Amino acid sequence: MQDEPTPTELIKAVADFLRNEIAPAIKGHNSFKLRVGINALDLVTRQLVLAEAGDATEAARLKALLDTDGTLMELNRALSEKIAGGEVDLKTAGLSEHLWQTTMDKLAVDQPNYASYKRELGNKV
Amino acid sequence: MIETELTRCVASFHPGATGVTGAAKLSGGASQETWTFDIVHPSGTIGAILRRAPPGYGAAPGRAAGLEAEATLMQLAHDAGLPSPKVMHVLTPEDGLGRGFIMARVEGETIARKILRDEEFAKARPMLARQLGRIIAGIHGLPRAKLPQLRGLTATKEIEDLAREYHSFNWPRPVFDLALRWLRDHDPGPSSEVTLVHGDFRHGNLIIGPDGVRAVLDWELAHTGDPMEDLGWICVNSWRFGEIDKPVGGFGSREDLFAGYAEAGRKVDPDRVMFWEVMGTLRWGVMCCGMMQRFRLGPDHSMERAMIGRRASETEIDLLRLLAPRGR
Repeated sequence: MQDEPTPTELIKAVADFLRNEIAPAIKGHNSFKLRVGINALDLVTRQLVLAEAGDATEAARLKALLDTDGTLMELNRALSEKIAGGEVDLKTAGLSEHLWQTTMDKLAVDQPNYASYKRELGNKV
Repeated sequence: MIETELTRCVASFHPGATGVTGAAKLSGGASQETWTFDIVHPSGTIGAILRRAPPGYGAAPGRAAGLEAEATLMQLAHDAGLPSPKVMHVLTPEDGLGRGFIMARVEGETIARKILRDEEFAKARPMLARQLGRIIAGIHGLPRAKLPQLRGLTATKEIEDLAREYHSFNWPRPVFDLALRWLRDHDPGPSSEVTLVHGDFRHGNLIIGPDGVRAVLDWELAHTGDPMEDLGWICVNSWRFGEIDKPVGGFGSREDLFAGYAEAGRKVDPDRVMFWEVMGTLRWGVMCCGMMQRFRLGPDHSMERAMIGRRASETEIDLLRLLAPRGR
């Protein structure tokens, strides 16, 4: 077992330092790049916190939808192929809900400030 | 120093020019650069832009029209009275500057967030959609006979190009498969009218001032095809920068865009526009994934490229909003 602090706590501490102490002192193009870097650290923090639960529920939905087992990658590949081949479409029970939930869970990590995501958060089925 | 070559070059097409000052690179990848500089002349300084592939970079990559074609299109648009910079000079081998062209610099703003939020553009914003409708109609009306050699594109070909590129990433995205399936099922077939298509008509490629649109830039992706493609592309949610209820660039309505287009004597097919909006949304998503690939495989190991990879999911939610909207 690895010791504390956790990766999440460490990354957040670094991101907060860069945001609060360094960013105000940096000008020009490097200021833009620093902001991108801080955004990347924030994204990693969100993924460390959220991905495990999101992946588990995604896998459970995929297994039910496809009636098969496999890794998350294998299951997604299988779903992609079935959609491409027309075997599964928006009339298939559970597909729309699955794609929506999976996409919402991705955006919670990737871009929680994206306007479409914020709109849909308040627009649950 | 690039100013030495530029000084010699400007003297050849602008008699009396005594030199150049303030040369600065605005943007540049490995193969294409944009420079701003001022031409010094006894009758007054002239702002100029150099767009070039530096010496040693030859043919344009796959989809690009090529810099010579870009210069021709820009000049055609200028001559037709459309907001387009005047092309001052097309580079020759004797210039020693590579391939490309020099155009007049147009002052104004290209950054979407400023155009959508800053007070100085408040009066322009409500009229931009209609104005852009008129401008893109003018572009589509440029005479075919005068166009340079351009690639031709149809909806069917674009679907296959996007599918091939998506599959090359070898990373399953069921929402992209859903979009590809929808596009194939709704492919409207060849357009009854084939025109010049700008190919990248959106924020970033439009210079805007408090008085409205001043210039259309970046003809790199110009081709011939379905004119409705340009109308769909400018409605893609990725170019609304948060103003998601204003489909045209975050500043206007489809109705205004279409009205401007009709005012210029051209006909809109709203179903085809919607089809191209779905295509454009997927296209931007595939482009985001492509940035991620270049980050991982290429020499440009930049954070920006890497982070754009994490914006592909934005296009997935936008595709779902278009193709599988939830109950409101």
